[in-house]
Amino acid sequence: MLIYTIRRLLISIPTLLFIAFVIFMLLELAPGDPMAQMPLTIPPEVKEKMRLALGLGEPWYVRFPLWLKQFFIVEPQYWIDGTFGTNFADGAQRIISFQSRSPVFETIAQRMPQTLWVVGMSYVVGVLIALPIGIISAYRQYSVFDQAGTFVSMIGFSVPPFFSGVLLIVIFSVQLKWLPSIYDTTHVVGDWDSFLFQLRQMIMPVMVLALQTTAQVSRYMRASMLDNLGQDYVRTARAKGMSESTVVLKHVLRNSMIPVVTVIALGIPSIFGGAIITEQIFKVNGLGQLLIIALQGSDIPMVMTITFLLAVLIVMMNLIADVLYGILDPRIRYD
Amino acid sequence: MTDTTMTATAVEKSRNQWFDVWAQFRTHKGAVAGLAFLVFITLFVTVGPVLWDVDPGKLNIRNKDVRPIYMAIFDSDAKVSWGSPMGTDNLGRDIMANIMAGGRVSLAVGWTAMILAVFIGTLIGVLAGYFKRLDGLLMRFTDLVLALPLLPLLLVMMLLFRDPLRATFGPENGIFILIVTGIGITSWMQTARIVRGDVMALKEREFVLAARSIGTPAHRMITRHLLPNVMSPIMVSATLGLATAIITESALSFLGLGFPSDFPTWGKILFDSVDRMTAFPERVIWPGLAISLTVLAVNYIGDGLRDALDPRIRGQ
Repeated sequence: MLIYTIRRLLISIPTLLFIAFVIFMLLELAPGDPMAQMPLTIPPEVKEKMRLALGLGEPWYVRFPLWLKQFFIVEPQYWIDGTFGTNFADGAQRIISFQSRSPVFETIAQRMPQTLWVVGMSYVVGVLIALPIGIISAYRQYSVFDQAGTFVSMIGFSVPPFFSGVLLIVIFSVQLKWLPSIYDTTHVVGDWDSFLFQLRQMIMPVMVLALQTTAQVSRYMRASMLDNLGQDYVRTARAKGMSESTVVLKHVLRNSMIPVVTVIALGIPSIFGGAIITEQIFKVNGLGQLLIIALQGSDIPMVMTITFLLAVLIVMMNLIADVLYGILDPRIRYD
Repeated sequence: MTDTTMTATAVEKSRNQWFDVWAQFRTHKGAVAGLAFLVFITLFVTVGPVLWDVDPGKLNIRNKDVRPIYMAIFDSDAKVSWGSPMGTDNLGRDIMANIMAGGRVSLAVGWTAMILAVFIGTLIGVLAGYFKRLDGLLMRFTDLVLALPLLPLLLVMMLLFRDPLRATFGPENGIFILIVTGIGITSWMQTARIVRGDVMALKEREFVLAARSIGTPAHRMITRHLLPNVMSPIMVSATLGLATAIITESALSFLGLGFPSDFPTWGKILFDSVDRMTAFPERVIWPGLAISLTVLAVNYIGDGLRDALDPRIRGQ
């Protein structure tokens, strides 16, 4: 198992390098000029110098390894320095955003908590809703509850977040005036009232994202439970005289969770992608919004770094899902 | 006596596979309702403009901000007019005409992108499944594409190739080609995996061995023997592809990176109306409902097709 994990980790290095190369070359083709926003009164030779100062003078085969070095060596050094007060980085050049002229990772670190709060919370809520729905739907197959569950998950698959979000705003913010339509990220939770406000402003974005998670996970949970409920060991357990709750919640549930856990791990990257749209609707200034702004301003280092971080997340979650599958299910051996 | 056997053979003859599929499909209520809605919305956006002859882009400032006709029931002072039953927007453009024009674009993008994705997916899946030498290479490639963050990359592609394609093919056609290609080349992977698996399983069957023993060349083997047998998973993934393509196009338009302004698609109308949804909630609800119901209909059709095309379920 350990050898398998190490081998997978080693394979993921060339994969990530290739992905970085693809993203870099795509951005390299970009006709968008980072100097387009500069005033027209700047003389061309000064403009050329500014372009050189942004590091755009070098060809791609110089800039790509440079970016890799900055991403994999310099930035972790700065991170270690920041945490332990050492001085590994020694003033080396960091990845600098074209727009804000500050290090890309500082901006990302500022935006990360908002995204993690909304996305992470919605994923947890979505999974917590989905699991009981899946279990009950499978246990009472073709019942009214099962039919309703199927219909709700169909809706979750079909209604895009930019409509469900807008619909929630129309109903709860515009008509009923219960919840704020804009997520206030400057809000600090200090006492009970501010905590309630935080809760109220989080409900809608979390619910929009959770609906999609619930739709997917509850389907998998139901299918997996149905597979296991018909197995012989369930009949044996019942024949031994075990109570129905023990049979379903201990024997069947534990075995059904194996594929579902991997599905939950695999779904994490896609929920970050979905957050790009949800953040735009509720005006959360998280990573997704940062990416959109960077794209519109052709801020190449920022776009490159955020997109690559998402790719790292995808590759890592794939790896974790595979390893988890091997750990949880003793029948699966990767050697 | 002869009569009954005659009719029996006649009935026997008319039963082909697709007749069975249709019979099974009809038993799935949701799928039939979905198909009915898809036909309705397709007629609405294609035949609709012929009957409702209003130019979607025509400005009529005097008649701006007309509410939909049903508002008269709740509020007798509401500005309504039978001339525009769904109301008009802040520039006086008729919303119903816009929904029709937008739906035509959204559905066209959805169908074309889906056909492209299914074509690429089937091609790669069949090649990887049939030719052992290509298998490793093509499947590594598929895994790599699956590991790419697709929505951000799609956004990057929109920004990159927008201007060159606009210059070559004109603003609308250029963006159409760009969006269709973008969605097509980022959503073929599932089809490729499914088709590859099925082709590999089929390759071991006796009829393939028989066909090979009489010297069938590879291209005829694929077109005559393998493709007809992987038709059902392809059709199911095609319906899923249509649903995702419509949603992705709307999402791109919603993020402001889709079609140019004043060129309506459902996602674009929704995006343009969000700023005024406090006063005019109907303007976001109409296009949103159109997207959601169409996708829901397509998903139900896919569900019904999956059951109907599975011979183990069919006939039960």
